[in-house]
Amino acid sequence: MWDYTDKVKDHFLNPRNVGEVEDPDGVGEVGSLACGDALRLSFKLDENKRIKEVKFKTFGCASAIASSSALTEMIKGKTLEEAEKITNRDIAEYLGGLPEEKMHCSVMGREALSAAIANYRGQKVAKEEFEVVCKCFGVTDKEIERAVRENDLKTVEQVTYYTKAGGGCGSCHPKIEAILERVRKEMEKEAPPVKPMKKKLTNIQKVKLIEETLGREIIPALKADGGDLELIDVEGNKVYVALRGKCSFCPSSDVTLKQYVESKLREFVTDEIEVEEVRP
Amino acid sequence: MKTVYVDNNATTKVAPEVLEAMLPYFTEYYGNPSSMHFFGGQVQKKINEAREQVADLLGAEPSEIVFTSCGTESDNAAIFGTLDSYPERRHFVTTRVEHPAVGNVSTYLGRKGYRVSELSVDREGRLDLDELRETVTEETALVSVMYANNETGVVFPVEQVGAIVKEKGIPFHTDAVQAVGKIPINLKESTIDMLSLSGHKLHAPKGIGVLYIRKGTKFSPYMIGGHQERGRRGGTENVPYIIGLGKACELAKAHMEEENTRVRALRDYLEAKILEKIPNTLVNGDRVNRLPNTLSVSFEYVEGESILLLLSDLGICASSGSACTSGSLEPSHVLRAMGVPFTAAHGSVRFSLSIYNTKEEMDYIIEHLPGIIQRLRDISPFWHDYVKGRK
Repeated sequence: MWDYTDKVKDHFLNPRNVGEVEDPDGVGEVGSLACGDALRLSFKLDENKRIKEVKFKTFGCASAIASSSALTEMIKGKTLEEAEKITNRDIAEYLGGLPEEKMHCSVMGREALSAAIANYRGQKVAKEEFEVVCKCFGVTDKEIERAVRENDLKTVEQVTYYTKAGGGCGSCHPKIEAILERVRKEMEKEAPPVKPMKKKLTNIQKVKLIEETLGREIIPALKADGGDLELIDVEGNKVYVALRGKCSFCPSSDVTLKQYVESKLREFVTDEIEVEEVRP
Repeated sequence: MKTVYVDNNATTKVAPEVLEAMLPYFTEYYGNPSSMHFFGGQVQKKINEAREQVADLLGAEPSEIVFTSCGTESDNAAIFGTLDSYPERRHFVTTRVEHPAVGNVSTYLGRKGYRVSELSVDREGRLDLDELRETVTEETALVSVMYANNETGVVFPVEQVGAIVKEKGIPFHTDAVQAVGKIPINLKESTIDMLSLSGHKLHAPKGIGVLYIRKGTKFSPYMIGGHQERGRRGGTENVPYIIGLGKACELAKAHMEEENTRVRALRDYLEAKILEKIPNTLVNGDRVNRLPNTLSVSFEYVEGESILLLLSDLGICASSGSACTSGSLEPSHVLRAMGVPFTAAHGSVRFSLSIYNTKEEMDYIIEHLPGIIQRLRDISPFWHDYVKGRK
């Protein structure tokens, strides 16, 4: 059983502001039946442009309903500029915390609010500007990036807990990994942490470790997508590999090599690794 | 608050008679059955009795019963113990709707280089025997097909499956954790080579299971250790639990008729009333070939975890195949394999009864469930759209 706080239980059992605002100024809708949860948020402003009335309808689990209810309480009486500043963390904190696996419920609340405000301002929520990374749950790179930044996420699993991305077929894991790597790097630049030193390896140790890492971390994932990879040679920190199977003619093989294979090898072997593809 | 427990496919209450039979073996008769002295010997005798009680329920020989720690161990032992015996065969066959104790082993084998075939099911959760026929080959090491599904209660035609498998000289294992004690099983006249069961699904405690291994079946021990269980499973016998399981099997045999008449009638009553009182509700799985105690229903446009928590608030304990209850993001692999539409898959609830349930309890559920579903539908944007679309 989930360890829900009393506040979550209260907002689930006695949800506030259920329904749809009549003649609303803004309506936002996120999620779908397939995803397992969805939220429709509508609001009306008063003469001072403050949120006078806000209502929700939610399909989902207890924490989704509680997050929706909490959100409506939080934004009531606020201007849109104030409401916009609310993050998913704020929603979770308002509820006294959510189990990590359920954080995506708070993210859904924040997204519905953004969508409703955009709707009011006459903006289209243009998903096409972004790339849909997770096709199972329709999660974009921008959504993942925002969740990573706001919640200091470090692993693919956490990204799944917060955004659902990668929780279905799992084929987008390399892409999420790549986004994580890029965003974490950007975040580190903003506040660089102390790097732990990896111990120096002999050549034989290094080659062995590279082989092990390829066999354990990389090749099974590639095989799952119908691809394969072969280690050709190691020279210093340069690793030469050849892509096989579907990977060899995959248009995103460069991305696979650089952002997936290289990042894995850097994680497990040494930070200086550079991966190069050998073409026949 | 009263508790209405209708989650017996998850686990069951230990029968008072079972507990009573077990208790002396903790503090009074605590000897090791392998010991030479009388103190251990008397325990050995009791274990033999328990073995006979289990064998009697299954129509097996006592020597074919191997005690394990749980259903999962039995499944793992059956699969790995057989694959180990046929190292040259690199193909494993199972279904898409197995319990994780088999399903995740199958995934593991795939990663380890085995060729794995997972048979599909139709919308009612039924197997296609022709697909099985086309799938098994000379290089198949083992076919493992569950007896009855834990989520829907659908009973597979295991004897027919076994017949097809045996024709090609391949060993056949069945995970019968949900079937044993609920429907009659007779292994004497059977095509099953190995069968797993779990004590806590039939009113014995958690932490005890059995793997039945038909005489003459090739099997390498999975738990390597002492000579216990004729060398097929090392480890000092879990004496009180084995004795408890023996008693539970004796009781299950005595209650078999009640399970298939009174319990079945209660389930059918609950099902009929739910369908009558709650619109947009559907039953998941083959209603003809089904365990007598299980009912899986889907309520469209609402989500299962919310239903369970509102039921729980009233003391009613049930389960769901919804995504949110397990922490995964997709609804149960069983409902997905059956192709249950998303409108319904997320809103599934499983009621599983036992001989301890009463008609009053069913009435209590029926009294409160329609209100719970309506309350959640009133919050749901999809129900709103559905009703609007219908007008």
